[in-house]
Amino acid sequence: MGLLSDPNRRRALTNLLTRLNAPICVVCYLAGVMWFMGLAFEPFTLRTYMSENAMGSTMVEEHFPAGERALATGREFAAHKKKVGGMPVNWLVKTMESRGLEVFTQSFTRKLPFPDENKERYLVRGTNVYGILRAPRASRTEALVLTAPCSQGNANNQAVGLLLGLAQYFRSQVYWAKDIIFLVNEHDLIGMQAWLEGYHHTNTTGGDWSPLHGRGGSIQASLSLELSSDVITSLDLVLEGLNGQLPNLDLANLFHAFCQKIGVLCTIQGKLQRNDWESTSGYSHSAQTMMLMVLKQASGRPWGDHGLFLRYHIEAATIRGINSFRQYKTDTTTIGRLLEGMYRKLNNLLERLHQSYFFYLMPSLTRFVSIGYYMPAFGLLAVILLLRALDLWVQLGASAPGTEDGLAEREQSPSSPGVLSILTPVVISHMTGVALYCLPVMSQEMAVQHFPVSETEAVVLTAIAIYTAGLALPHNTHRLLQGEGTEHGWRVLKLVALLYLAVLLGCTALINFSLGFILALSLVPIAAFITPHTHKPLSAAIMVLLSPGCTLLYCVLIFQELQETPVSLQDGWMLFLSVISQGILDHSLYGSLVYPLLALLIYPCWLLLWNILFWK
Amino acid sequence: MGTAGVSASCINMASCSSLKILTLLSLFLSPTIVETNNIEAKAGQFFSSGHTNNWAVLVCTSRFWFNYRHVANTLSVYRSVKRLGIPDSHIVLMLADDMACNHRNPKPATVFSHKNMELNVYGDDVEVDYRGYEVTVENFLRVLTGRLPPSTPRSKRLLSDDRSNILIYLTGHGGNGFLKFQDSEEISNVELADAFEQMWTKRRYNELLFIIDTCQGASMYERFYSPNIMALASSQVGEDSLSHQPDLAIGVHLMDRYTFYLLEFLEDIHPSSTTNMKDLFKVCPKSQCVSTPGHRTDLFLRDPGSVLITDFFGSVRKVEITTDTINLTAPMVHLEDTRPVRELRTEIQTYMDQLPVAEIIHQKPKQKDWHPPDGFILGLWTLILLVFFKTYGIKHLKHIF
Repeated sequence: MGLLSDPNRRRALTNLLTRLNAPICVVCYLAGVMWFMGLAFEPFTLRTYMSENAMGSTMVEEHFPAGERALATGREFAAHKKKVGGMPVNWLVKTMESRGLEVFTQSFTRKLPFPDENKERYLVRGTNVYGILRAPRASRTEALVLTAPCSQGNANNQAVGLLLGLAQYFRSQVYWAKDIIFLVNEHDLIGMQAWLEGYHHTNTTGGDWSPLHGRGGSIQASLSLELSSDVITSLDLVLEGLNGQLPNLDLANLFHAFCQKIGVLCTIQGKLQRNDWESTSGYSHSAQTMMLMVLKQASGRPWGDHGLFLRYHIEAATIRGINSFRQYKTDTTTIGRLLEGMYRKLNNLLERLHQSYFFYLMPSLTRFVSIGYYMPAFGLLAVILLLRALDLWVQLGASAPGTEDGLAEREQSPSSPGVLSILTPVVISHMTGVALYCLPVMSQEMAVQHFPVSETEAVVLTAIAIYTAGLALPHNTHRLLQGEGTEHGWRVLKLVALLYLAVLLGCTALINFSLGFILALSLVPIAAFITPHTHKPLSAAIMVLLSPGCTLLYCVLIFQELQETPVSLQDGWMLFLSVISQGILDHSLYGSLVYPLLALLIYPCWLLLWNILFWK
Repeated sequence: MGTAGVSASCINMASCSSLKILTLLSLFLSPTIVETNNIEAKAGQFFSSGHTNNWAVLVCTSRFWFNYRHVANTLSVYRSVKRLGIPDSHIVLMLADDMACNHRNPKPATVFSHKNMELNVYGDDVEVDYRGYEVTVENFLRVLTGRLPPSTPRSKRLLSDDRSNILIYLTGHGGNGFLKFQDSEEISNVELADAFEQMWTKRRYNELLFIIDTCQGASMYERFYSPNIMALASSQVGEDSLSHQPDLAIGVHLMDRYTFYLLEFLEDIHPSSTTNMKDLFKVCPKSQCVSTPGHRTDLFLRDPGSVLITDFFGSVRKVEITTDTINLTAPMVHLEDTRPVRELRTEIQTYMDQLPVAEIIHQKPKQKDWHPPDGFILGLWTLILLVFFKTYGIKHLKHIF
């Protein structure tokens, strides 16, 4: 007889499952966490290598000479920026034209759902200026992009200066096989989003922009430059983009190869690579680097202007110049040479970067773990949910023939009270989620009229209010419930909740592993062990402490700690509020999916579990 | 001859004096007679190598900018072959990609083989016969075997005959037993060997020199079975052929090592040099090439030491100026000398027996290997067993199983 069809064996298996369920779950959880932490241990990682043949082993002598002139141009740009009080469009157009590029501008306006601290007004208006360097002999089918943001104050002037200097140098070469677009965007990500939408003729986020008059073909790769000082000590590479999407690993390999060739210090997450992986401090250093990458990826926001390119399948990265207190300084000419070398290599590309990994984690700039190595960590956590679901299924199956007094009521209407008793909490939880998603932005005027707060604070505080109001739900929904208090009822609900959570976290982890893993870390324990029979005050406290909102708070605190700027709880709270407002803003401006995921799907799931806790 | 006859018939002393004058005259004449014999011997030497014209088929099979070195390899061999006398009408040059006019070339219209741009192998008078996507396995095999459509122009045909020496040079990316064409198809060593066999049966070559510069190149000549083929490869099976030097201004590797040293070797050859194949085998030892070049001469009839480089790389016409007359009406005696060699060759030149009927009919049946008994015998045994257990009781079954 088969293993599952033979009743004796089946009973033996299910007994085993029920007996060993809790220990296996605990072991799996610990194994998952240890696997994840082990990813930063150097012998378990792989060294990075260049996968694309076209960007192969040959190197070119870089000859960019004009670093000082680039700095002078940057100072000129700063002066004009201060005079105009924003983007000096006319000066930029004139300068780019004098360098022989085809110059175009794009104006855009964007209505914000609520004014955030940076913009402080509802409407954002700006202009992007870009110049196209046409390849001398090639047809206009492919392009590369170099961008520098026009920031307020004194930031990024040298970046724009270097961009213009490189444009002049590149113009005099004959070996370009792709057009190069030099873009200066205003208002950082808003301007970049408008430019990209105009370039690709899509309008996914509802902005208003003038159409682009000049195009360069399909964009193969892009680099964004952030440089705010005349000399730098190191270059930082930023990879994380919108919704946790990462560029192809070959772009990071290219950057590292050139850093080594030119001799510039290169970092990732602002942390320098160490050689002592055997020691504890060395391991904790790579673990910190990896945790920073995980937290940045989980936030789902683009961490540089490059982050919005990834959605259009354009490999992009941001290179940030950092000036710290080191002795050895690198000047602008060297940075220009590094960029020249990178662009010559990208020029050799025949197809888009696709040979290397798209899903990876980097404990350091030369080491990476690919999806095949890090996914088992999440898998071990998801297995816990499935084991508990199996256990509940067995219990449900066993209790059905077991009860005798329940026979009578079961004969009347076997399934309708069951379904209805589950449907009510599910529907109410999801409606709370919808309220959490829609109400904060919609009701901000009302909140501002009644309370002395700014719009941003109104939105955030409304969100938190709805979140905590959800905690009171179990006491109210029970009035609507018919099958209240049955053992059968909460078991079915928990089964549904477990499977729902498993599917949700699985899908999230596929797209954005970091977000899925962090949510799993906090939600899986409570999903696994919550029942109405546990000690109520303690369980309630644990549930609140491990809820998605508090997980976000911990992540903010840990992030600040890892960045070596630890904050007190008070400042952490303010930062937490601003993170929530940024999340809502990112969602409406760029289409980031973290806020809708948390509000519409994860929070209702947690509410279901909260309902189970207060079932009786 | 004349002197002995004169002295033998010199009986009376009276005619001896005239005979003495005759012998003296013949003594003076004999050097000239010996000279004439020498000229005729040299005239015989003209046809000793057996070929009257030279052809070259030079193929570069890889495209893309980072395979610049394969185009440079082919063009450098083209350049040497042209310099040594083979005209463009006798060279079939196949280049899979255009490096000189590639958008990424910082020095357009040039292909360099030495760094610092010392030697431009593209030049002013390159004639490429098959270019770009025309370089396919099918076109290559059609060129070799001559099975081209009637509309093919003469410049794209290999119009060789049975007195042609052909040089075939292939370069690109290869592996164990295959050569990659254009990143989309491959030619195997078996196909190549069969193509050469077709050339042999159609009498399309006298002797063939096959040079290949790819990774694991020696695997490509392992399967040859036609006579008069000599083969050289840049690396053995399991070894990679390495590139020589990158140029830091252009940004690619310019040449492969084997062809680089081959080019250096060929630059010293001039049309009248007497360097032979044994020196060619010594080109690029392991210390310079890192891979071990290999060669195969077992199919070649002449001794490689007697084969001149210019027999394949150049189109050398042996010209000997003489003011003497050579009697061409008289039969050349030395023809008989070479005929035994020809006999040997004709023995090998018989056609293969396509259908050996005699062998098939009179073949003894092969001793069949033992195989398990077929279904009938199995069924019979099962029946026997069942009958046995039925008579002696089924309970004995459980002792068996």
